[in-house]
Amino acid sequence: MALLEIQSLVKSFDGQPVLRDISLSAQKGEFITLLGPSGCGKTTTLRIIAGLERPDSGRVLLNGQDVTDLPPDKRNVNTVFQNYALFPHMNVEKNISYGLRVRGAKKKDWQDCVAEMLKLVQLEGYEKRMPAKLSGGQRQRVAIARAVVLNPDALLLDEPLGALDLQLRRQMQRELKIIQQRIGITFIYITHDQEEALNMSDRIAVMRDGRFEQVGTPEEIYEKPQTRFVAGFIGQTNLLDGEVISVDGSMAKVSVGGECVLSAVGGYMPRAGEKASVCVRAERVHLSKEKTAFSLTGIVTDRRYAGGVMRITIEAAGQTIFAQTENAGAFAPGDTAYISWDANASAIVPQEGA
Amino acid sequence: MKARRSGGRLMTLPILVWMTLFVGAALIYVVILSFLTRTPEGFGVTNAFTLDNYRKLLDPKYLKVLWQSVRLAIHTTLICVLIGYPFGYFMARTKGAWRGILMLLVIVPFWTNALVRIYGWRILLMANGPINEFLKAIGLIEQPLKLLNTYGAVLLGMVYALIPFMILSTYASAEKMDWSLVEAGRDLGAGAARVFFTVTVPQTLPGLLSGCVLVFVPSVGLFFISDLLGGATEALAGSLIRDQLLKSRDMPFAAALSVVLLALTCVILLLYSRAGGKSSNLSLF
Repeated sequence: MALLEIQSLVKSFDGQPVLRDISLSAQKGEFITLLGPSGCGKTTTLRIIAGLERPDSGRVLLNGQDVTDLPPDKRNVNTVFQNYALFPHMNVEKNISYGLRVRGAKKKDWQDCVAEMLKLVQLEGYEKRMPAKLSGGQRQRVAIARAVVLNPDALLLDEPLGALDLQLRRQMQRELKIIQQRIGITFIYITHDQEEALNMSDRIAVMRDGRFEQVGTPEEIYEKPQTRFVAGFIGQTNLLDGEVISVDGSMAKVSVGGECVLSAVGGYMPRAGEKASVCVRAERVHLSKEKTAFSLTGIVTDRRYAGGVMRITIEAAGQTIFAQTENAGAFAPGDTAYISWDANASAIVPQEGA
Repeated sequence: MKARRSGGRLMTLPILVWMTLFVGAALIYVVILSFLTRTPEGFGVTNAFTLDNYRKLLDPKYLKVLWQSVRLAIHTTLICVLIGYPFGYFMARTKGAWRGILMLLVIVPFWTNALVRIYGWRILLMANGPINEFLKAIGLIEQPLKLLNTYGAVLLGMVYALIPFMILSTYASAEKMDWSLVEAGRDLGAGAARVFFTVTVPQTLPGLLSGCVLVFVPSVGLFFISDLLGGATEALAGSLIRDQLLKSRDMPFAAALSVVLLALTCVILLLYSRAGGKSSNLSLF
């Protein structure tokens, strides 16, 4: 049985649909990320799970029990808010112990728990500090400790690292992952940062306009995108528009600008004759001076050094293709280049609106 | 930069002169007056230093008057808190057009003179006034109720006159409050009431405190409401000062009474700033 399950959630605000029928289930200890651009419904989903918002229809199950109509204080899930929402009139100790004190814990007991939490988030000695006297990263840790101390079934995190600078962000990503593995609580994590999602998650749900475009492991999302949106949202991707010639098992032949290329079939199963796009990551593109079977002919238009790698731009079949490679010495703008890739490293996605 | 700053100082000079002359000087005069002796006859004062005016205040008769004023102010403040705080809080939580309408309802009475509005209450509360007539018409009572000239009527008038200050003050701080704190409280397992007392009240305390000061301070001195709606059932400090001045012609004693009220106000403000209140919160308009 799944620890947390959301079933067919639908929600609109002032007649504006925000969630259009989304379902997801999370196992105990799983780290699931909701990834998507702002306004895609991530936060609303999280707020419905927390009980801060009620869905128009659909259910939320926690340990198999329907909690859709329970208020937030009656569900064993806790939230780390985007702005941390620490109580400004309480010190660190009082903030972290708030939930325990509400439950009627004895002072001795909650003090022990606070000490344990401060050790977990590496803030020992900060018991009496007021939130206003903490740095962004420290507030972040207190917010996590305050939620984790209640030992929730699931921890909901709404862009918890959004306000931190890049370096601190990377460090907190590692620490969060360590904390999550140590306490073994299910994390539902919101971010719009694809790199963060790929680094931390067991599974990623890519959201767009209130729907899940694709749910899968970081590898699946990255290597086998099922839609154009997912392919384009993560990493630097080439989407080559063409027409499917034939499908043979897990391989498809696609005509791109009259030239025939090979691609593995990913999560999406194309039909022969259909308009589709081949999705190839920039770092998987192989450039050659010699024409090989299943390659595209193009002209190099630009090359740029990007720290360790070269970024090459090629025009082929009327489309712009980006390649990222370490040995691009032989290619200068104006040169002819033959573009190929390992067919297993590409995927086919349907064209938008098709 | 420097020139501009001194220019700013120069701009406040007229206000400074005005305040020194008409508020500061007048106050100093009142304080001096309270230590002088009245002439046996007429409005006169002789320059003989005395503490008699203050000694006279210790007379149980006058202490009772002071106590009654303070008690009325306390009652008024309490009722204003009980009604005004939820009102201001509710107003801050209301969105869109409704908030504007509520705000208008609070402010509209200010457009009419307070004295006129209290006269309006007098008419409403009369033995043959609209309220009694209505109650008789629906058969709830046979004899008119004595509404006017009661302590309740005075309290009603006081609350009516001063509650906008409480509402606007609590509204201002509830409106600034970060609502996600309340959500965080609920999320951490506290019920609505618990969150209200552990999060909302502490967060809106500055507004509540300044509202209390804004209501309490004027209500100690207000006397025309008691005169109009209470029929002078209870003597208040304000009316005592007026009577000493206009009827008994005892200026030094009236001055001593004023000084005591002033001191009381200073104590309240001191307590307020000790409790962490900011004087800027007291300037609503």
